[in-house]
Amino acid sequence: MHKWVLRFLGLSYLGVLLAAPVGLVFWRTFEHGFGPAWDAVTTPDAKHALTLTVLIAAIVVPANTVFGVICALAIVRRRFPGKGLVNALVDLPLALSPVVVGLAFLLLYSRNGWFGNWLTDHGIQVVFALPGMILVTIFVSLPFVVREVVPVLREIGIEQEQAAATLGASPFQTFRRVTLPAIRWAIGYGVVLTMARSLGEFGAVSVVSGHIVGKTETMTLQVQDRFQAFDYVGAYAGSVVLALLAIGTLLVMSLFKPKEATR
Amino acid sequence: MGLATAYLSLIVLLPLAALVWKAGQGGRTGFWAAVSDPQAVSALKLTLTVSVAVCLINAVMGTIVAWILVRDRFVGQGVVNAIVDLPFALPTIVAGLTLLALYGPNGPVGVNVAFSRAAVLLALLFVTLPFVIRTVQPVLLELDREMEEAAASLGAGPILRFRHVVFPNLFPAILSGVALAFARAIGEFGSVVLISGNLPFKTEVASVFIFGRIESGDPSGAAAVSVVILLISFGVLLGIGALRRWTTRHDRA
Repeated sequence: MHKWVLRFLGLSYLGVLLAAPVGLVFWRTFEHGFGPAWDAVTTPDAKHALTLTVLIAAIVVPANTVFGVICALAIVRRRFPGKGLVNALVDLPLALSPVVVGLAFLLLYSRNGWFGNWLTDHGIQVVFALPGMILVTIFVSLPFVVREVVPVLREIGIEQEQAAATLGASPFQTFRRVTLPAIRWAIGYGVVLTMARSLGEFGAVSVVSGHIVGKTETMTLQVQDRFQAFDYVGAYAGSVVLALLAIGTLLVMSLFKPKEATR
Repeated sequence: MGLATAYLSLIVLLPLAALVWKAGQGGRTGFWAAVSDPQAVSALKLTLTVSVAVCLINAVMGTIVAWILVRDRFVGQGVVNAIVDLPFALPTIVAGLTLLALYGPNGPVGVNVAFSRAAVLLALLFVTLPFVIRTVQPVLLELDREMEEAAASLGAGPILRFRHVVFPNLFPAILSGVALAFARAIGEFGSVVLISGNLPFKTEVASVFIFGRIESGDPSGAAAVSVVILLISFGVLLGIGALRRWTTRHDRA
């Protein structure tokens, strides 16, 4: 008896909170056929938003992947001054409000910010432009690769690396031939999470971008602007594109998961 | 290794230093005036209250969902297990929009929570859904069934078995999931911004209040409330770290 009650409770909670709303947005998008939805996501502004979103992710993901691996190696394998601080700072972006992140970068790079004068004198615009949007996206998606790689590095230990070094391998050879193959699935998982976060970031980008249509508007910002302009088909269609990216992310993640288990 | 420290300092530490500096610029009185502003207090209060409610609901519902994913067998279980992660992958603005489509003024079910505190609760429940499920699930999976069988053979019913055998084992995982959900709920912005209507003194959460202050050109006020949020987040992170060390204390001995 209690089995059925629990099953009913759990599934209806997921249904009411998750499946029904997401399902409805898909239905609303294609309510009047495929045409209007396609038109909404292929306007010049929509195409620009998509390109910008992908461009930001294309810069952020490699940067955070390289940093993530180096940082994980530092945390697990080395002792250095400030290690405790590094360990604490890496997790912080996970718990920090994206609006606060955006504000912090404004205070550094806007005209009245710490580097405002210097940047203005040199004609560099960071805030309300691409560089600021890249910086905040790096911030919010920073922890994912580190957090995935650190436990794997701990688990594999250092014996094989030491063996390689004893046999005359250089540090780089040891990394490429011994360490990297062992952590590659963890890196892959971290990359997927980083990508999902950078494609979907909203709050921090909203603060530093200035929402300039056709210029600094990413897909998530466009969804909000269209919704507030009562362009529901456009907002829903943009949401569906982002939701499909999210579902794609989940599929790739489930590909990585079983590999992790048999590692 | 200097590279890692430099990257972190540049990306994380420097902006936060600017934030704290801005909040402290007006001295103690300026900071206090900013955070004791009635609208700020109201936003912080709402954020904390709703986040606590979100934690309680997540603790119960998250454990139930984890339970049916591990101990139950039904058709479509794999799909259910996969969609639990959707709130992690779905952009927050899309999360808010989907909830508004179903539970907003034009929703097909006749339930309209838009611009109410219930809407804030709903949005935060959506984005924090996976935390408790994903921390409890692996623990439940590894839990030895023999203890429960022993309790059953001694005549304990399902409720008694859950209370005295299963629950004590799950408790650290539930707590850790709840803490993660709390940290997330405190700072949530994207999912709340469309559905809550951002009415000051009614549905305005802390992040939206900070956003409003930035837009209206009051960075000091925004920074002061941000520092309060920052301290709460940092406290929660430290708590999770301590909890993790405490629960794994036997493994490391």
